[in-house]
Amino acid sequence: MTTTPLSPVSAPSTHKSPRFSVARGLMYLGLTVATLFFLLPIYLLVVTAFKTPDAINLATTWQLPKFLNWASFSDAWAKVGGNMGNSLFLAVTATAISAMLGSLNGYALSKWRFRGANTLFAFMLFGMFIPYQSVLIPLFQFIKSLGLYGSIWGLILAHVVYGIPITTLIFRNFYADVPDALVEAATIDGAGFWSIYSKVIFPISIPGFVVVIIWQFTQVWNEFLFAATLTSSGSQPVTYALSQLAGGQAVSWNLPMAGAILAAIPTLLVYIVLGRYFVRGLLAGSVKG
Amino acid sequence: MKRLSTDRLWAIAVLTPSVILLAVFVYGFIFRTAYTSLTDWGNDPAQAFSLTPIIRFIGLQNYHDLFTSNLNVRFRQDLVSTLFFTVFFIVGCLGLGLSMALLLDRNPKAEGLWRTIFLFPMSLSFIVTGTIWRWMLQPQGGLNQLFHLNPASNGWLTSRDSVWSFDWNKLPLITATIVGLVLLWVAWLAFRDGQRTRTWVALGCAALLLLWALVIGPNVKLLPAPELHGFNIAFIGIIIAAIWQMSGYTMALYLAGLRGIPEELREASRVDGANEWNTYRHVIFPLLAPITLSAMIILGHISLKIFDLVFAMTGPDNGPTDVPALLMYITSFRQNALAVGAAIGTVLLLLVAVIIIPYLFSQFKTQEGHA
Repeated sequence: MTTTPLSPVSAPSTHKSPRFSVARGLMYLGLTVATLFFLLPIYLLVVTAFKTPDAINLATTWQLPKFLNWASFSDAWAKVGGNMGNSLFLAVTATAISAMLGSLNGYALSKWRFRGANTLFAFMLFGMFIPYQSVLIPLFQFIKSLGLYGSIWGLILAHVVYGIPITTLIFRNFYADVPDALVEAATIDGAGFWSIYSKVIFPISIPGFVVVIIWQFTQVWNEFLFAATLTSSGSQPVTYALSQLAGGQAVSWNLPMAGAILAAIPTLLVYIVLGRYFVRGLLAGSVKG
Repeated sequence: MKRLSTDRLWAIAVLTPSVILLAVFVYGFIFRTAYTSLTDWGNDPAQAFSLTPIIRFIGLQNYHDLFTSNLNVRFRQDLVSTLFFTVFFIVGCLGLGLSMALLLDRNPKAEGLWRTIFLFPMSLSFIVTGTIWRWMLQPQGGLNQLFHLNPASNGWLTSRDSVWSFDWNKLPLITATIVGLVLLWVAWLAFRDGQRTRTWVALGCAALLLLWALVIGPNVKLLPAPELHGFNIAFIGIIIAAIWQMSGYTMALYLAGLRGIPEELREASRVDGANEWNTYRHVIFPLLAPITLSAMIILGHISLKIFDLVFAMTGPDNGPTDVPALLMYITSFRQNALAVGAAIGTVLLLLVAVIIIPYLFSQFKTQEGHA
């Protein structure tokens, strides 16, 4: 590991190419092409949402609207606004409960390792990967037998339970980086399981909570299969309402586009404001202890 | 010592509710579904949700029907579709994700901004993505307009053509041949590593399978008549939308991997006289191989489960773009054929389990290694 660089380099990132070169030009070209692929649909989305229905036609698909027609948004809001409320209540409640559960589980699994803890954890983790179609029928019956079918609480229950694996995983990995010496010192001072959690672990858990909250909020907000199966009109979240809005054949496209923007804003905001933590949750999803 | 053990008991007590919930909601429900799939519940849809449905145990009949009965052509086409979908989706995400990660690794200006752009679709719902791309891919819509394509010949989501068709009747033969060849390869790897037992076991299994494929395979017929299934062109649009949504994820994985490669390694390779391409080929790409495997598994299981994107783009009733996850939903909750739905759900679970269980095993083996 004692290689001597051929040329004296100042910056730590030494594989930087010279400032102006063909290679760098190609790099920016590649990035621009990729960016077009990612942003063109968004351009079309926004442009269409601001047009009046009669301005959406073949010749002018890609053109900017003549004036900003906000009516699409109020129309879409009239159709999906209530569902946005459902989604918000659902996502906030389910996220809060699963974050708390995940934190305690992660603490128990990483700081009080007992025999078989890893096996138990693998057994829990499998729930993250199953196709929900393989549990959907019994889940539906169970929620119905509890009398929760068609209420938002049934959906919250489902999201909390199936969220346990990922929230436990993220917190377990987060707490694994907290030095064991901290816990040992506290035990010597006579602290037990709960006082260590409340005095030592919980106060330093904020970054872990941020990752879990972002991840769960996004997942729950975006989910569709449970929404379509366990709720009935009145309790349906926004993804279901949007699929109904966009599903009609004779619909003019400004309406579903405005609806898509409304449904996307909360998670998009979370991503833009807290993107760093979003990526951390994303990488945690690929297991990797 | 006493104190320690009470704390450990607390740890177990804290985990107990979660473990019980998962035992019921995951393992219990899977068991229920598997059992339901062995009954005739809902085969008479009229009494599926009656208060006292008559449910009889009929063994593997539902599975047998799904794979061989004339009524279930749609399921078999869905299985083929989902495999094609998975392959193209994974290849697309890996290719695009790796390219973007390599570009970003060269430290462009405003790197954070590019990264933000490539990753934002991840934060959207598949329903939102589907809604947007459905409009992009309308016959009279965005893409055809942008590239001046003829809507009549470029019905992205409405096409009914399919390519690479194969006869379902040959499925046992094809499967046996492919598995046999893979086993041959495993045997070769084991031989190269000098593992004798493994070489012989793999070689023996491969020989048996290939012999079966040669002698008996061609005569096995699942159906009385040939039945063609292929890759439906209408899926291309959905695959593009899925890549749009998920390739940022592969990019993030690869970028994390690239940033983890110590600068000394690149330097050492340069000192050894390797040019840029050789450095990538012999130093960097091999180091990224485990990430590629992880990404393939994660993307693969997402793709086998894909449901909402298809629902939003072509609706639940469009035959050419149907997938098993969607068929399960329609079969169970529209047609009330609950036992058949449960059977489809179980097949889906088996497909996912085949890739996920070895993955979880390997993750925990390496972890216990340095724990």
